[in-house]
Amino acid sequence: MTERIDHSLLDPPKLPFEPLIERNAVITEQPWVRWLLTGSALLFLAGFLFLPLIAVFTEALRQGVGTYFESLRDPDALAAIRLTLLTAAIAVPLNLVFGVAAAWAIAKFEFRGKALLTTLIDLPFAVSPVVSGLIYVLIFGAQGWAGPWLAEHDLQVIFAVPGIVLATVFVTFPFVARELIPLMQAQGTEHEEAALSLGATGFQAFWHVTLPNIKWALLYGVLLCNARAMGEFGAVSVVSGHIRGETNTMPLHVEILYNEYNFAAAFAVASLLAGLALVTLALKAFLEHRHAGALSASHRH
Amino acid sequence: MDLQIRNVHKSFSGFPALVDVNLEIRSGELVALLGPSGSGKTTLLRVLAGLEFPDYGQILFGGENLAGKPVRERKVGFVFQHYALFKHMTVLENVAFGLTVRARRERPSRDDIRRRAGELLDLVQLGGLASRFPHQLSGGQKQRVALARALAIDPSVLLLDEPFGALDAKVRKDLRRWLRELHLKTGYTTVFVTHDQEEALELADRVVIMNRGRVEQVGTTDEVYDHPATPFVFDFLGTPNVFAARIDGRKVTLDGDSQPIETHSIHPSGPVDVYVRPADLQIVVSERLGIPATIVDVQRAGAVIRIVARIDTSGEPIEIELPHASAEADRYAPRQRIRVRPRSFSVFPRGGAPRRSALEDVPGHASADVRSRA
Repeated sequence: MTERIDHSLLDPPKLPFEPLIERNAVITEQPWVRWLLTGSALLFLAGFLFLPLIAVFTEALRQGVGTYFESLRDPDALAAIRLTLLTAAIAVPLNLVFGVAAAWAIAKFEFRGKALLTTLIDLPFAVSPVVSGLIYVLIFGAQGWAGPWLAEHDLQVIFAVPGIVLATVFVTFPFVARELIPLMQAQGTEHEEAALSLGATGFQAFWHVTLPNIKWALLYGVLLCNARAMGEFGAVSVVSGHIRGETNTMPLHVEILYNEYNFAAAFAVASLLAGLALVTLALKAFLEHRHAGALSASHRH
Repeated sequence: MDLQIRNVHKSFSGFPALVDVNLEIRSGELVALLGPSGSGKTTLLRVLAGLEFPDYGQILFGGENLAGKPVRERKVGFVFQHYALFKHMTVLENVAFGLTVRARRERPSRDDIRRRAGELLDLVQLGGLASRFPHQLSGGQKQRVALARALAIDPSVLLLDEPFGALDAKVRKDLRRWLRELHLKTGYTTVFVTHDQEEALELADRVVIMNRGRVEQVGTTDEVYDHPATPFVFDFLGTPNVFAARIDGRKVTLDGDSQPIETHSIHPSGPVDVYVRPADLQIVVSERLGIPATIVDVQRAGAVIRIVARIDTSGEPIEIELPHASAEADRYAPRQRIRVRPRSFSVFPRGGAPRRSALEDVPGHASADVRSRA
């Protein structure tokens, strides 16, 4: 069993002597310096985070609640919402499975090429989403490697839903795995070994022992993965073809509406996305508060 | 069930962890694998369990070679150093785990499982804590839950990895006595790993002393303590004073002593090392006998008085232990001149001194300056 190491200084090491400096001696700056630094940080936060968020909602509601719901009831908007939900509903479960499998392999086993696999998992974070989208166009597009074969069998990947799903899966692949790997590595393999020694099968060990140990981190990873799956723009934009009512996801729809100077509708759809982000953050904060110990120490996103 | 380990080798990416290990463990025996960290004792235990596989060699359980079989098929009760309790399960669920994961055909009924787990909890004296979670237990209680969980599958052999390593001294002593009783009661063939020589000697029927992946000596407590086979064994089981000496037939003469001492061991004549435990070193009242030394320090350590002295001729430090109750105990003070002679000792060929580096992190050993010789 691996105990969680608490890196906080709630219980600092005892000194053999009483320090002669006063309690808050870490802060030695003048009050005005402190106010200035704290103030500018808050100002920055307000200007770059809160203001845009407020702007999204005010712009969306500028022409009244009626227009707001009107623009959300628009068939194209509804299609975009449906497609976004569909994409997330496919991409998130897939990445849940891929992520758990990858983390399981990396954290619990020793094999050749492990370092390479770890690096590959980070690849979607490292490359620009536009490049990710282009990769799929190059493979599945009309002029791509698999293009002729797909055309022969009357399958369309690019400028269709499969392409959007593929691009989303690729871009959101690291979220679950990245969340689980450090935690599973820290937990070691002792619990699984104990389960196996007691006669459990590999699957029983995973289901009864590993999964309960990682469930909160897993949920957290899924939340982040979902947020990104719904919000992804770059990669999806390349493969989607922006066909209204067919291959437009919510972020793409926002852009189209905006380019058409239909600000109220653009912001209405954007407010849905922003609301989704807020819900995700609230859930995330709740999980962090409630299960801090079970989540990995390294949150990069 | 009796165990046989034959010619087992195991290396981890080139580093030899086990080198040609041969060992027989009789049915119902309680055996300790004792050695410093890195001696291969835990690896040997894991190889027995099927958590590691030997590069070659045989592991026989009751005559059947299981060397290639994974842990799941060996039916071993393995108790991990840090217990490895499933923290989302209650104590009862932990103990019952080995029964609940059985295939439906072999699985006892739900009630039977509960009863069996309850009985085991009674056996480890935790009957009242069945619905607690592991984090609500003390270290000693966790250890006993882990043991009950391992016993639930009616194991062919019980393997314990540093069973008391993470407990404080008092709990450790109690648990040790308790484990001994439990072993007498249940009769499981038991192998446990420890780096604590006292624990091994007190608990085990036989002790296997390991060093650098090899078995140095196997024997009963008396055998390994009274007749250590190698300087390493002597060193590991105590804190020896090492004297240079010459042997001539049955007579050993320590360098600096005027009279030879009789010995039973047979060695070719020539220079030897004489190993003496601090408690076996006598302070003699004589003008001629013994090696002259000067006391450096006198310390009270629990029930014994520990005297650190330096041999006058060589300046080598030596350590003498006297029972605290003895009348002569408060007769000694620093800078006092004394003469010392061994009461009993072991003779080893010159230069066979153990490799100290492996011992440095072993608790219970005196500081290097007392032990080391040029």
